[in-house]
Amino acid sequence: MVAAAGALAGGVGVIASRTPVRSALSLLLVLGNLAVMYLLLSAQFIAALQVIVYAGAIVVLFLFVIMLLHMRTGEGRVEKLRWQRPVSYVLSGVFLSALLWAIWTGTGTQVATSPAGFGTVESVGRSLFTTFLLPFEIASVVLLVGIIAAVVVGRPVVPPSARAHLPPPE
Amino acid sequence: MPGSVSGLIVLFPLAGWLINGLAGGRLPARAAAMIGSASVGLAFVVSVVSILDPRVWQDGITTRLFTWIDAGEFTVEASLLMDPLSALMALLVSGVSFLIHVYSAGYMAGDPAQSRYFAYLNLFVASMLLLVLAGNLVVMFVGWELVGLCSYLLIGFWFERERAANAGRKAFVVNRIGDAGFLLGILLLAVTVNSLDFVNLSASAESIAVPVATAATLLLFVGATGKSAQLPLYVWLPDAMEGPTPVSALIHAATMVTAGVYMIARLQALFFRAEVTLSVIAAVGALTAFFAATIALVEHDLKRVLAYSTISQLGYMFLAMGVAAAPVGMFHLTTHAFFKALLFLAAGSVMHAMHDVIDMRRLGGLARPMRWTALGFLIGAAALAGFPLTSGFFSKDLILERAFAHAEGGLTLLLWIAGVLTAFVTALYITRAAILTFAPPPSHQDHPHEAPPTMTWPMAALAALALGGGILGAQAAGAPLLHALDAFFHVEESGAAKSVPALALTIVSATAALLGILAGFGLYRGRRDVSLGALGNLFRRQWFVEDLYEVVIVEPSKRLAHFLAGTVDLQIIDGTVNGVAAGFKRSSAALRRVQTGYVRNYAAVVLAGTVLLLGYWLTR
Amino acid sequence: MIIPAQYYLTISAVLFTLGMVGVLVRRNALVIFMSIELMLNSVNLTFVTFARQLAAIEGQVAVFFVVVIAAVEVVVGLAIIIAIFRTRSTVDIDDVDLLRG
Repeated sequence: MVAAAGALAGGVGVIASRTPVRSALSLLLVLGNLAVMYLLLSAQFIAALQVIVYAGAIVVLFLFVIMLLHMRTGEGRVEKLRWQRPVSYVLSGVFLSALLWAIWTGTGTQVATSPAGFGTVESVGRSLFTTFLLPFEIASVVLLVGIIAAVVVGRPVVPPSARAHLPPPE
Repeated sequence: MPGSVSGLIVLFPLAGWLINGLAGGRLPARAAAMIGSASVGLAFVVSVVSILDPRVWQDGITTRLFTWIDAGEFTVEASLLMDPLSALMALLVSGVSFLIHVYSAGYMAGDPAQSRYFAYLNLFVASMLLLVLAGNLVVMFVGWELVGLCSYLLIGFWFERERAANAGRKAFVVNRIGDAGFLLGILLLAVTVNSLDFVNLSASAESIAVPVATAATLLLFVGATGKSAQLPLYVWLPDAMEGPTPVSALIHAATMVTAGVYMIARLQALFFRAEVTLSVIAAVGALTAFFAATIALVEHDLKRVLAYSTISQLGYMFLAMGVAAAPVGMFHLTTHAFFKALLFLAAGSVMHAMHDVIDMRRLGGLARPMRWTALGFLIGAAALAGFPLTSGFFSKDLILERAFAHAEGGLTLLLWIAGVLTAFVTALYITRAAILTFAPPPSHQDHPHEAPPTMTWPMAALAALALGGGILGAQAAGAPLLHALDAFFHVEESGAAKSVPALALTIVSATAALLGILAGFGLYRGRRDVSLGALGNLFRRQWFVEDLYEVVIVEPSKRLAHFLAGTVDLQIIDGTVNGVAAGFKRSSAALRRVQTGYVRNYAAVVLAGTVLLLGYWLTR
Repeated sequence: MIIPAQYYLTISAVLFTLGMVGVLVRRNALVIFMSIELMLNSVNLTFVTFARQLAAIEGQVAVFFVVVIAAVEVVVGLAIIIAIFRTRSTVDIDDVDLLRG
């Protein structure tokens, strides 16, 4: 319950905070609370993953970029899209109520008794390296591609004058 | 394996074509001629070997190469059929082609494009053999179109001459008209009979409704008139003489132009279902025979005389088909191939000696310097005129006999009368051609020389065939060819033929021929030409058929073309295109506003769509 | 103590909607990115919930892949934001409307 309240508060914080830094910290709050929930759902490995990757890496990356760009809100004064905000609220409300209706009127299934060791690193790892071996390897390739892409995209633009001194491309 | 032999027949000339076509430019000219001749000679040998198989003379051998079209219940095999009819044609085509290839080696010596020539010629032989050996209409159509292509290529072989190029185009266009009819006929048969196999078609001919059979056969006959140069689509053949003379001999006399006749013989059972078509064929054949013969009477160009003569003789063959005497028609086709090829080769020899002069008014007195050529031409002319005991005599006589037997008095007797009249005119014009070319006074200045042996030997062989070919169908000699074909066509011996006074008819046609020859001597002996008065003018203008074409087809076509270019294209088509473009421009200008460029707008739209979908699922 | 799955799903739904609203109403590209992370996490929660309920480890494996892809996405996305900031000196996505028709 506490975790749920914390997560929801953090979610509101992400979208409502004026400054990006606060948003990022709120996101951290959400992620931490979610990790607790994962533990409650007997998903120890995922909880650990959540803390390490999300909280440890991604949020830090966000903060790093925010510091790098050192800006306040990053939003202009004038809202150009006048209808955007009310329409978004209405649509989102409809969407949420539809989801909740579906959740609470749906036929609830019996909670299965989880076998011993469910959600441990061992069980997840066994599944990953047997059934999902190929997707796992592909995921590693995707990671590599992402790293290279980030380097390429983030590379400083070489001014044309400087480019003249570079050797011509093959 | 005997079944695959018929495939080999086609394969040899095809291989020759590939070799000559691909490597020809690098080979010495003599090698190209050797390869061309040898490949066709091999095809002839294989044809001879293949007819030794007794099954050919019973039901025929069908060779399935592969399944070409397999669409549900409708299948087309790429198959070859070897039966008495196609065996005869295969022998004829490969044999005559071989002789003409050898002749070409001498005739074309010195031409820079010899390998191209032999490549075309080999391709033609392969296509023609494919046509005659085809096991169904689709394969036949492939061969049919291929020979048309080769004909075009060879007519326009000297494409740097404008007249030759134009003649090739004319042949191509006119043939297209016929081919369209042929294709429609094939499609109609495919739809109604659900099979295009010759064996199936013949077997199921009885069950085809008469109107369908009539329509289909009429369409097929349109194709035949195009390919075989019958009225009204004959106009391309005289112009086709612009090609090299051996080509004229091979394609435009002996083989390709007979494809229409062959096709009708092949589908005999089907054509028998359609009385109307048969009458039309007979009428067109008789009319063409007489019509073309009269034009041949006044032509000055020796080759064009022979071309009109070919048209006329093809008319005879169609007449035979029309009076339900297919074996006789095929017999005439065979003898005609011999003597007409001989005549053309002799004419080519004359051209060779006279440096391409072919106008008969400038020829004359060639008998002395060109003894063998003159002899060959005389033999061919005698056979063409129907001089008794030559091959042409037997076959023409038989056609007239059957035409008379088929006649039931009144109008139908006209067919026979036209045939007899044509026999007279034929004898007359070929006598004229022979006298003007070979009899004194000589009008040449230089010294013409006899052709080289590669040209005279094929002529000698053909001369022997033209003289002796009649044995194949002469009653006295047992008529082996006719018997074989009669069995194939299921012709009852006890038909109407018995009630015909055969001897009297023979005397009549022989008399007509002899009278024609005598009249020719009387008219042209010692003179350069005779105008024949008003009748001659009519003939010279080709009975105004060309003028009719000019007025009825060419002029309106030009006007239509102008109309299409000026009005339809510029205003309607371009207008439509521009209108469509303008419409898109306007609608896209309206649609452009949707692309606001704001990502969040897009996201909102996506969300709206998601909500709609979700609502649909939940309330379903 | 076993909390029924519906509660987790409700939290997930609410978090997802919050992330959605964030994407729709905020203009700071960084915040929008964080909102997307929020949505991804809510989906992860759903996965884990159902994995628990159905005793199927595949749900957690899916979460693993989502995390991997999210990491890549963040890296590339932030690189793009930096590049945009370098050339246009803004992270307001409404200023980036080159695709405007």
